[in-house]
Amino acid sequence: MQKTDTKPIVKMEKLNKHFGTLHVLRDVDLAVTPGEVVVIIGASGSGKSTLIRCINGLEEFQSGSLDVDGKVLLPNGKASKALQQIRTEVGMVFQQFNLFPHMTVLDNVTLAPMKVRGASREEAEKTARRLLERVGISDQAEKHPSQLSGGQQQRVALARALAMEPRLMLFDEPTSALDPEMIGEVLDAMRELAREGMTMVIVTHEMNFAREVADRVIYIHKGEIVEQGTPEAVFDNPQNERTQSFLARVLTH
Amino acid sequence: MNSTFQFDWQAAFASIPYLLKGIPYTLMISFGGLAIGFLIGILFGLMRISPTAWLRWPAVAYIEIFRGTPVLVQVLFIFYGLPQLIGGPIDALTAGIAAIAVNSGAYISEVVRGGVQSIERGQREAGVSLGLTRVQTFRYIIWPQGFRRMIPALGNQAIISIKDTSLFAVIGVGELVRQGQIYIATTFNALEVYLMVAIMYLAITLTLSMCLRLLERKGLVGQ
Repeated sequence: MQKTDTKPIVKMEKLNKHFGTLHVLRDVDLAVTPGEVVVIIGASGSGKSTLIRCINGLEEFQSGSLDVDGKVLLPNGKASKALQQIRTEVGMVFQQFNLFPHMTVLDNVTLAPMKVRGASREEAEKTARRLLERVGISDQAEKHPSQLSGGQQQRVALARALAMEPRLMLFDEPTSALDPEMIGEVLDAMRELAREGMTMVIVTHEMNFAREVADRVIYIHKGEIVEQGTPEAVFDNPQNERTQSFLARVLTH
Repeated sequence: MNSTFQFDWQAAFASIPYLLKGIPYTLMISFGGLAIGFLIGILFGLMRISPTAWLRWPAVAYIEIFRGTPVLVQVLFIFYGLPQLIGGPIDALTAGIAAIAVNSGAYISEVVRGGVQSIERGQREAGVSLGLTRVQTFRYIIWPQGFRRMIPALGNQAIISIKDTSLFAVIGVGELVRQGQIYIATTFNALEVYLMVAIMYLAITLTLSMCLRLLERKGLVGQ
């Protein structure tokens, strides 16, 4: 992987997030360099989803600093022009797919390039068909999302995000809502994206996938990063006892 | 009074041409009022769910006032009361349309709010995550889906408002009931004429119901 540019695309320092009295993220520091694949693991409720949702401003944070691709996000969701720009350059794939059910697959993928980037319909459709082909669903372009399987829907969601040519992709438990037999096809599409050098931050429970594609694995516990390192270091030789007990629970079944 | 009353079919049929003259007024008041009411409903319905308090509370006040008072009082207020304020008369047709507009507008505000709020949060998140502005997300993603869910409730409101216009005979606008009253005043066939009036309302509302059913069936494609 070419990592000539070492200036981080995400730079998070001492980030703190509260939901009322609940302290969800505690002094989180995170830097992601271009081309890097970072996988975040942790128990449910540990704050891992909240963490990546802060990166594109779907969650506000209360203190700390956050810089995404050179644009600064301010605490408490202070209306900033930067947020809009960040979102055009950061793609996101959701656990529940969140496809637009009233549009065809093709329209799902062309909407943002046309409305945000000002692409012509021809251009947008050409790109969309290429991306749908790439994720293996080019023959479903005219259908509505409800006519597709979960795995196909999630691949459309991936194509939809890629149509904006993002510099960074966020994945929030992309396979957690899928039937087991469909997980593979989504992970395959993500694997290929990683191979092409896309910068990715992935929250997942798929430990084998994490071990295989991650450049770095981060374990988060109660809103704190307690351990991080290469997949080998974290999975085979965890230093923190919380990581050890978490892995003991998830790797045995 | 003897009890050998005979339903006078001839009188019933004879009243039809006269009653039909009221239908344009009934439809004008209903649909004119509903069209404006829909615009009011979109505006106040969205204000009602705005995160900004000074947009929200006028909407709440509007909805509570016009939903909480009878449409008959509203039309009397507009027709007899308002002219005293503005210093000139308001014609009965305008007053009727205005009353349906402000009254249905209050109900439709709540319909719009419900429709918009029923759309899953993930839809908005997906929209803004793609870089769409809040307005674009609303226009292309939230509204088209929310509107489909509003159709049954909007149809309901349309039927209620059409029937509400019957009250406006009191301000002398020549709608269906008023035409019936005038006709009865000369022929005294109350039973026959009011039955015809009722049938005409039913014809209008059934037609509307059928159109709505078609629209709903069409709207559900791809959901």
